[in-house]
Amino acid sequence: MHLLICGGTGCKASASDAIAEKLKTELEGNNLQNEVQVIMTGCFGFCEKGPIVKVLPDNTFYTQVKPEDASEIVKEHVIKGRKVERLLYVDPAKKATIEDSKHMGFYRKQMRIALRNCGFINPENIDEYIAREGYQALGKVLTEYTPQQTIDIIKKSGLRGRGGGGFPTGLKWEIASKNAADQKYVVCNADEGDPGAFMDRSILEGDPHSVIEAMAICGYCIGANKGLVYIRAEYPLAIKRLKIAIDQAREYGLLGNDIFGTGFNFDIELRYGAGAFVCGEETALIHSMEGLRGEPSNKPPFPAQSGYMGKPTNVNNVETFANVPAIILKGADWYSSIGTEKSKGTKVFALAGKINNVGLIEVPMGITLREVIFEIGGGIKNGKKFKAVQTGGPSGGCLTEKHLDTPIDFDNLIAAGSMMGSGGMIVMDEDDCMVSVAKFYLDFTVEESCGKCSPCRIGNKRLYELLERITKGDGTMEDLERLRNLSTVIKDTSLCGLGQTSPNPVLSTLDNFYHEYVAHVVDKKCPSGQCKSLMQYVIDPEACVGCTACARNCPVNAISGERKKPHEINPAICIKCGACIEKCKFDAISIK
Amino acid sequence: MTKVKSLADLKKMKESLQAKIDLREKGDAAENLIQIKVAMATCGIASGAKNVMEFLLEELEKRGINAVITQTGCMGYCYAEPTIEVKLPNADPVVFGYVDTKKADEIIEKYIKNGELVDGIIPVNYESIDNK
Amino acid sequence: MTMETIKLTIDNKQVEVPKGTTIYKAAKKLGIDIPVLCYMDLHDLGVENKPAGCRVCVVEVEGRRNLAPSCATECAEGMVVKTHTTRVINARRTVMELILSDHPKDCLTCPKSGRCDLQNMAVKLGIREIPGQEYAEMSTYKKDFSPSIIRDVDKCIMCRRCETMCNTVQTVGALSAVNRGFMAVVAPAFEQDLEKSPCTYCGQCVAVCPTGALTEVDHTTKVIRAIADPTKTVLVQTAPAVRAALGEEFGMKPGTLVTGKMVAALRQIGFDYVFDTDFAADLTIMEEGTELLDRLTRFLNGDKSVKLPILTSCCPGWVNFFEHNFTDMLDVPSSAKSPQQMFGAIAKSYFADKLGKKREELVVVSVMPCLAKKYECQRDEFKHDGNPDVDFSISTRELAHLIKEFNINFEDLPDEDFDRPLGESTGAGVIFGATGGVIEAAVRTAYELYTVKPLPKIDFTELRGMEGIRSATIDFNGLPINIGIAHGLGNARKLLEDVRSGKANYHAIEVMACPGGCIGGGGQPLHHGNSAIIKARMEAIYREDAGKPIRKSHENPYIVKLYEEFLGKPMSEKAHHLLHTHYFSKKKDIYIK
Repeated sequence: MHLLICGGTGCKASASDAIAEKLKTELEGNNLQNEVQVIMTGCFGFCEKGPIVKVLPDNTFYTQVKPEDASEIVKEHVIKGRKVERLLYVDPAKKATIEDSKHMGFYRKQMRIALRNCGFINPENIDEYIAREGYQALGKVLTEYTPQQTIDIIKKSGLRGRGGGGFPTGLKWEIASKNAADQKYVVCNADEGDPGAFMDRSILEGDPHSVIEAMAICGYCIGANKGLVYIRAEYPLAIKRLKIAIDQAREYGLLGNDIFGTGFNFDIELRYGAGAFVCGEETALIHSMEGLRGEPSNKPPFPAQSGYMGKPTNVNNVETFANVPAIILKGADWYSSIGTEKSKGTKVFALAGKINNVGLIEVPMGITLREVIFEIGGGIKNGKKFKAVQTGGPSGGCLTEKHLDTPIDFDNLIAAGSMMGSGGMIVMDEDDCMVSVAKFYLDFTVEESCGKCSPCRIGNKRLYELLERITKGDGTMEDLERLRNLSTVIKDTSLCGLGQTSPNPVLSTLDNFYHEYVAHVVDKKCPSGQCKSLMQYVIDPEACVGCTACARNCPVNAISGERKKPHEINPAICIKCGACIEKCKFDAISIK
Repeated sequence: MTKVKSLADLKKMKESLQAKIDLREKGDAAENLIQIKVAMATCGIASGAKNVMEFLLEELEKRGINAVITQTGCMGYCYAEPTIEVKLPNADPVVFGYVDTKKADEIIEKYIKNGELVDGIIPVNYESIDNK
Repeated sequence: MTMETIKLTIDNKQVEVPKGTTIYKAAKKLGIDIPVLCYMDLHDLGVENKPAGCRVCVVEVEGRRNLAPSCATECAEGMVVKTHTTRVINARRTVMELILSDHPKDCLTCPKSGRCDLQNMAVKLGIREIPGQEYAEMSTYKKDFSPSIIRDVDKCIMCRRCETMCNTVQTVGALSAVNRGFMAVVAPAFEQDLEKSPCTYCGQCVAVCPTGALTEVDHTTKVIRAIADPTKTVLVQTAPAVRAALGEEFGMKPGTLVTGKMVAALRQIGFDYVFDTDFAADLTIMEEGTELLDRLTRFLNGDKSVKLPILTSCCPGWVNFFEHNFTDMLDVPSSAKSPQQMFGAIAKSYFADKLGKKREELVVVSVMPCLAKKYECQRDEFKHDGNPDVDFSISTRELAHLIKEFNINFEDLPDEDFDRPLGESTGAGVIFGATGGVIEAAVRTAYELYTVKPLPKIDFTELRGMEGIRSATIDFNGLPINIGIAHGLGNARKLLEDVRSGKANYHAIEVMACPGGCIGGGGQPLHHGNSAIIKARMEAIYREDAGKPIRKSHENPYIVKLYEEFLGKPMSEKAHHLLHTHYFSKKKDIYIK
């Protein structure tokens, strides 16, 4: 018998260590330490009801366990085999206790469709993919459906582009299929560039065949026999595995000529990108593949009309493709049963920032931010207070406490002033200065703007400069007005998605954290204590004993004072390195 | 290598591959067969999954344990990399996180040899489409 | 078949336009001038520069989330467009302020001042201040001085017009956008200097640049100094295309011929002799025509060492182009120097002798429609002991500036004649200024020399026109001569590639680097992409030709005299020494295969 104690950060904070100790003591007291082991585990993803104790092999799931419950668990459950009813999880919908964790609803918080094979199969062995029904979707499509029927399935499934835009995938395919041409192309956009987002890389590294299979299905639908994967050269492992997968698929005749004896030909080549963020924009991506400067061009014409080499081209992102085989095999109805009214299926998010369970998760559309952050994500690190979450990377916005219960889908995020983007989710806590956060993202877009259109090329730079002024304490209330006007105009006039969204971090922080801006501008204070220029180190003369430790450790000799008398910091010399605070044993130095 | 000429071919192939895997997992001859997957995506490798993989390959052989060790993609638990999944005969797979060589040693000695769980298990917290 | 049309509303006015029309053009039809900055329409070249990059031309389209660039957005049925809502005006001004915030404010001393599209736009949009300029960083770059063109790309606004000219029209590939974000700018690869790039100095980039980012190297100061130097005798030669465009700089109608006024102005400026490059053009015809006949005759006699077609070589941009791109064909072009250089060579030998002066005492200035001529006159092959045959070359624009600076009221000048002997020319020399003109002039002479018969008609209209690549067969008394003509280097490339692959079969080919020939040169008054201006200049050139008493080069009495007194006969040893040259490979390792 095993007793699993959740050792996730959230549960640890609520005394799971003590529970484990108590359980061990109880077991020893009953001389059961050899029969029953107490095991600390990673996060169960159910922090809201933590600490969790799970009993194996019967899968009993105890929630909100306290150290004093340990003896009852051992005496009742371990020894007598009777479950401790009062600690069982109560299903809020059914109002009934659930004994076996396998029937608990919270498992449905994460659902793996795009990631279905990641971490299960050996990505370098096609047999393992085939054993998990790999390439059956392609076979089914080629032998049982017409291209239009297949497109109709994708349309009906409600699948929308996972790269950021959320354009309906089936409709995109249909448009490309209707543009007659002697040659068409299927392009897989693997130019993942959002800071902190890596789901596409993970899919290509963990399940490359699902993308290959989906590209072939797309080729069949739109009438293309050539596929191209635009992948950043910084993803060597993904490239290696993709190459192996393509070779294996060719050997099996799943790529190449006359696939499944149906006369359908399809093959895939790789094109390497140099990692420019803007090349995730489909027209820029296509230009880059053509050997031209990676910059976007005006749409229309859309790639579906005139794309790679001037031919109709369908561009989809890795995650979008990874959903396709599952949709074909399990049906459009199955897929559209998951998610919200206008956003179907699941979305992969890369959880990062001040969150305990940093990682890759796949959740059904419609889940709330609260569930993602506080349950799957295990809550905020070090027990700090949640402040904001940035979705959609540099194109997205900061969402706050008031958005925590908003169901996540394409439209709700936009309505809240952010966007889905490719699925980066960066969590911020009370220590994060929102002006600095906006500045961080602007720094990224300034760097990654291609420079083609003036609002993005110059405007983002000016936004950055304004934010810099504000964080340095030089900002004025007029600057805040300029910030807003400039942001609005950049969004309104920029050529491509990059500039059309790059002011979002500024606008959303202005909307949600205006008081922080005002604090920087009017009070010349950074409420989170992050903006160095606005900080002042002060020695409390009451607490200072004059030990001289601070003065001796100050690298710039900014601290003066006689031994055994209160010291002083000269703000004109102080570089705010913090060395004095570290050395002070009397908590006499503080930041103001 | 044979080409897959039709969907029927593919289905046949799938059945036989599945059977092979099932045999490996449930078959009589597979009593001693242990399956270990090491998450070897960029994130895992960066946290040391390669060392763990090499360690497992060497040590299991040295200690005379018959196991199939394969690499796989990202399991999603970045905070706990490197991660490995161990499947003992007739048991559900168990994922361990924060696996360095020391932890790997513990897993071999306690879990693989004696079926005793060790700290660092990552509970499965998602639904797979296979369940449907 | 009727063309599909689209009905839409712009500023509450209904308009019907053919499918594919942009909002900008549809508005124009209604008399609504939406301001455009990066946009450029070279209609007759089939080139439209619309990167939709500046975002000044944005308009509001009902139902659309963001503003639309009118230059690149096609009209759709039922579209409702507003071109001057508060939202549009605010966006347009803000964008303009942004562009100006990263643009130097040295307008007072900028070479483009007064002719700058950016300046005009700032005026039109009523920009009075640039908020936050005090702390706005500017993107700055190294200045680049080539023999012909100065790049001061601090002033580049990324309109990409030069890039379109350099790549799409000229296929030279010297300029493209480099860097990204705030530092994005148009430059040669790796931000090398132009001299290290495949630039031909055709100057088409300068001709379309809306700001002072690309300008010509100014030689007017050197010219003024030379004129003031009492030890120097200063000669000036004027290219044929100059007289057909100079008037535009003084507000005259495009196509006004100002030959006589130009001569008078040059005299007033103080040149000692005012000569005509047309004279040297006649001389070029004598040499090049003779070379053509020589090659042709030997070819017809079965001489396998003879290469045909013969290519004209009077355009320095074109010479640079084939020295970069057709290094396997360096023996194909005629070895005849360009008229500018022939003039210099004769002026500093034959004419210097006549004056009894040493060549060092003479300064030869050329007025050219061209920027590549600035580079050409300083090529080492055209120097004698370090002394160049042509000392300075100034553009039409620079001459106009000189005239203004010298307080000359150009419009009221009387017509004056060129000086003799190097000022006398024929109609054949004049038409060098337009595409097809050189080859027509050559045909006029070669025909008569070959057939020993007078031409039945002097005007070869089949060789004229604006089409990029033209061909015609001229009957040389039973011998059909195939002529090819290309203007614009992109067209030249196509034609030459056909020759190289054996697809085209020509005896002679004329190439001019600039669209329209020299009249559309990079040193001419800026035509801002208006091809009607080029057409008007072309008509003026042919008008001048038609009005000349002598219209065949070999009938120019001063040319005849030059051969009698000095050169002997065409292609003589002396002629060879003074009037012919050879070509070099400029292929560089830097080229990406």
